[in-house]
This record gives sequence, structure tokens and C-alpha cells, in this order.
Amino acid sequence: MELRSLIPLTYLVAAVTFVLGLKGLSGPKTAVNGNRIAAAGMLLAVAATFFDAEFQSYGTTGLIVTAAGLLVGGAAGFVGARVVKMTAMPQMVALFNGAGGGAAALVSILELTRALSGSGVTPGETISSMLGLMIGAVSFSGSAIAFGKLQGLITPRAFKYSGQQIVTSVLFGGMIVLSLLLTASVAGMVVVPQLAVMTGVAVLALLFGVALVMPIGGADMPVVISLLNAFTGLAVAAAGFVLGNQLLIVAGTLVGASGTILTRLMSKAMNRSIANVLFGAFGAAPAGGAETGGAMRADDGRTVRATTAEDAATLLSYARNVIIVPGYGLAVAQAQHNVRELADLLESRGVNVVYAIHPVAGRMPGHMNVLLAEANVPYEKLMDMDAVNPEFPRADVALVIGANDVTNPAARSTKGSPIYGMPILDVDKAQQIIVIKRSMKPGFAGIDNDLYLDPKTQMLFGDAKEAVAQLVAGVKAS
Amino acid sequence: MSSEAIVGLYIFVLAIFVGFEVISKVPSTLHTPLMSGANAIHGIIVVGAMLVSAAVGGTAGLALGFFAVVLGTANVVGGFVVTDRMLAMFKQKPGQRPGPRK
Repeated sequence: MELRSLIPLTYLVAAVTFVLGLKGLSGPKTAVNGNRIAAAGMLLAVAATFFDAEFQSYGTTGLIVTAAGLLVGGAAGFVGARVVKMTAMPQMVALFNGAGGGAAALVSILELTRALSGSGVTPGETISSMLGLMIGAVSFSGSAIAFGKLQGLITPRAFKYSGQQIVTSVLFGGMIVLSLLLTASVAGMVVVPQLAVMTGVAVLALLFGVALVMPIGGADMPVVISLLNAFTGLAVAAAGFVLGNQLLIVAGTLVGASGTILTRLMSKAMNRSIANVLFGAFGAAPAGGAETGGAMRADDGRTVRATTAEDAATLLSYARNVIIVPGYGLAVAQAQHNVRELADLLESRGVNVVYAIHPVAGRMPGHMNVLLAEANVPYEKLMDMDAVNPEFPRADVALVIGANDVTNPAARSTKGSPIYGMPILDVDKAQQIIVIKRSMKPGFAGIDNDLYLDPKTQMLFGDAKEAVAQLVAGVKAS
Repeated sequence: MSSEAIVGLYIFVLAIFVGFEVISKVPSTLHTPLMSGANAIHGIIVVGAMLVSAAVGGTAGLALGFFAVVLGTANVVGGFVVTDRMLAMFKQKPGQRPGPRK
């Protein structure tokens, strides 16, 4: 038996490791191994491909191009993944996802170009490569925009303009029409400059990806990244059809399917549908005066009450039950270790401390869990929204650290609010509320938070890390 | 339709069901690492990139092939390493680790 005939079997083994890997990643105990099993399968698949007849037919040229690409891409991926801060993880995932989408688009382009200029191509293959190209390119440019928004390179606010829906529809329609045109020309029905049409599809798809993500606010980026992740999976599966490679079909489809489920889980946590995220009103100016950002006084005369670290520390020291509500501000300031110190200190004085974790606090589901786990906060101290909400009325103090939209009572009460209906943490039901925040600026959803005007609320302005450190000092002194 | 395309479709449809089933119950804590891990898995496109790396000759064709391999590799390596880093944070403290019992 020739060695080469083992390649498809090796691919099968790799496909199995991907299934086992995903399965492993869905349980806390098996996750680390799951990830490594999938990585090992990937290594095996790449190694086997070096022996592929097609690949070897390229001779030294293919070898040089591939080796250089593996080296450059591997170094970029490794260094990028090692140096990135935990807070920047979400945009890093977006970046790697975009890379995969771009690769899928390029593979479709190259295979179609080869087929068009050579042996000829069937309409079916053309459709597959058009899908791979379009979905991959949308994922590429969409992820780039998501990265830019989370990294602060582009405004994280929803970017809306008049005629936006028309522009998006025209881009989408144009992309579909051009790819149908190309398919028709392959079938011999029309004569068009095929390479030019293909380039046109690529350009329109890239623009469509930009147009799709620009109007979506930063708060929704986790859902968008997850959706684009599923997109890339589908693009890879389409590329698999073009190449007749079953491994690509299996792996791409697995990610496409599981990514879709994950996207639904995430948008469900925000009580919104995927369509609502993509085309919804988030970030569009809500009827109820979101443009008052920075105001210290509400229309009805209620004012924001600022406090000092000493006063807040005293309040905490004499409480019996404290619920800490972490948010993105904690992640940005890297305050997780200080928060743990504060919690330990309070507990040594007999205060009962738990953490309330909103499913979408931070920029990604599980973001807070990851950060607090880094600071060795015991797992059982982290309470899910459903478990912790009944506890708020019993809490003497709720300490909100850099969380905003997930605590906004408007989600329960204000029908016109863009976050109306989103499940929130019932922070406003606590006896006293301390909010650590850098300024009165609204959160990612771009709306004001009524919680800050609550008479029970005291604002401790400042960077989360410094503010918590001051609280620690204050508790020690009192 | 060619039989290869039919086989491909079978695989596609069955893989959809596997993908749905395999992550039906995931604690929200693991959503981010799972997304990141799935992200690494679609980096398998690097295999596709290798198979077309020099399919189209000329400087432009080879440059595109090179970029395809670069992007695919960055996806794979970056994806797995980032996921590993995320998961490392869930590890228990040395004192709490349930070591081998004697």
C-alpha cells in the first residue's frame, strides 16, 4: 500500500480530534485537554498535507511558498497570542477569525482561477467557490471592523448614516448578482470577463462586511464576533467543496454549526435575536434623551451623589452581605487582584462577599469569570445572574466596579430604551449601592443609567484599580 | 451532480448535526474559550491554502498563495495559543489541585 493513500485516513483522525476537542471545550474539566487534542489533530493534518500529490506537484515553489507562509503566519499568531493582554482577548479572537476568513476567500479565488484558466469548471464548483469567497471576505472585513471597534481604532458607537440600509442592500445584491453572472458564464449562458467579475465579487463582499458591522455598537461585538466565527467556518466548508477536501468540509461545518449555537446562546443572554443585533436599533439614539451623556443632573432634579473612598470603605466594613458586580471597567483597569484583596479583607472581618456575574458583563461571555479566576477568586463565589438576583434585597451593599449597562434598571422599566427587555442584575434592589466608575459617560450601549441617580447610590469616581486600592486602605484603617 | 459532491453534501449535513449536538450544554463561563477554540479549528483552512499555494503561477498568484498560508497559519497558531492562555486561568491553585492519591 502506498503511503500517500494514508493521507485521507490521517485527515479522518484529524476530523475526529476536532469533534473531541469541541466536546472537551464545553466542559470545565476537559477544556484544556480538548484544546490540545484539536491542536494535535491540526498538526497531524498539516504534516500529512506535505505528502499530498497535488502539493508535491508544485515542487520546490510550493514548498518555499508554504514554508515561508507557515513561518511568518505561525510567528505572527504565536507572538500575537502570547503578548496580548487578557483584556484584549476579544479583539484578538476577532483578528484570528478574520485571518481564517481571508484565507478561505483566497483559497476559493486561487482554486477558481486555476480551474477557469485550465481544466474547466462546473457551475456547482463555481457556486461553492463564490460562497467561499463571499462568506470568507465578509468575515475578513467584518472581523477587521470588530477588531477596530474593540481596540478603539474606530468609534465603538453604532455608526449610522441616512440611506445606510440602501447601501448595505445594494452591496449585498451586487455581490449576489455578480456571482450568479459568473456561474452563468461558466455554464456557457453568457460571456463575461470572468476574472474581473470574480474580483468585483471580492471587492463588494469586503465592502459588505464593513457595511454590516459598522452600524453595530461595541456592546454587541461579542455576538458579532461569534457570528463571524460561524461564517468563517462555513467559508472553510465551502472551500472544502471546491477542493473536494472532506476534512475542510467537516471542520468548517462543525465550527459553522457550533458557532451558530453559541451565537444564539449569547444573544439570548442579552434577550435579543441575532437579526435584532444585526439590524436592530442598538446604539441608535433612543427616544428618551440618551444625548445627555455627561450630565450630572436628571430632568426631574435628582442628582448624582459622589462619595470618597474613606466613606465607601466604612460602609463596606460594617456591612454583613456585600455583592460585588464586576464589569468591563474592572477588566480595563486590571483590577481583579485588588478586588480579590478587598474581598479577602472584608471576609476576614466577617463580611459575606459574593460576585454577581452577568452573562455578558465585559466584552465577552465568561470574560469576568476568566479575569477573576486569574486572581484566584474561588469558583463558588461567582454567582450567575439567576442565582444572585434574589440575593440583592438582602445585600447591605452592592459594589459595582466598572459595570454599566448590565445594571441599568431601564432594561426593566423603560419601554423605549434600546436595552429594554435585557435581563439585568437587580443592583438597584440592594440597600446601598457604591458605583466605581471613571466618569459619568454612558456605557457601550450609549445610554444613561438611572441607577446612578438612585438616592441609595453613591458614586466613587476613578480608575477601578486605584479606587479599589483606596478602598482596601480605607477598610484596613477603619 | 457528481458522486463526490453528493458525498460532500452528506458530510456537510451530518457535520451540522454533530456541531449542534456536541456543544448543546455549555456553562456560560466557557463561552469565550469555546468560541476561541472553534475559531482555531476553522484554521484548518491552512491545509486548503497549502493545496493551492502554487496552483496559480506568476508573482501575483504566488503572493496570494503565500498570504493564504500566512493567514491560515496565524488563525491556527494564534487561536490555539489564545485558547490555551484563557483556559490556564481556570486552573486551580497549586494547593487545591487534586493530586494523585496515595
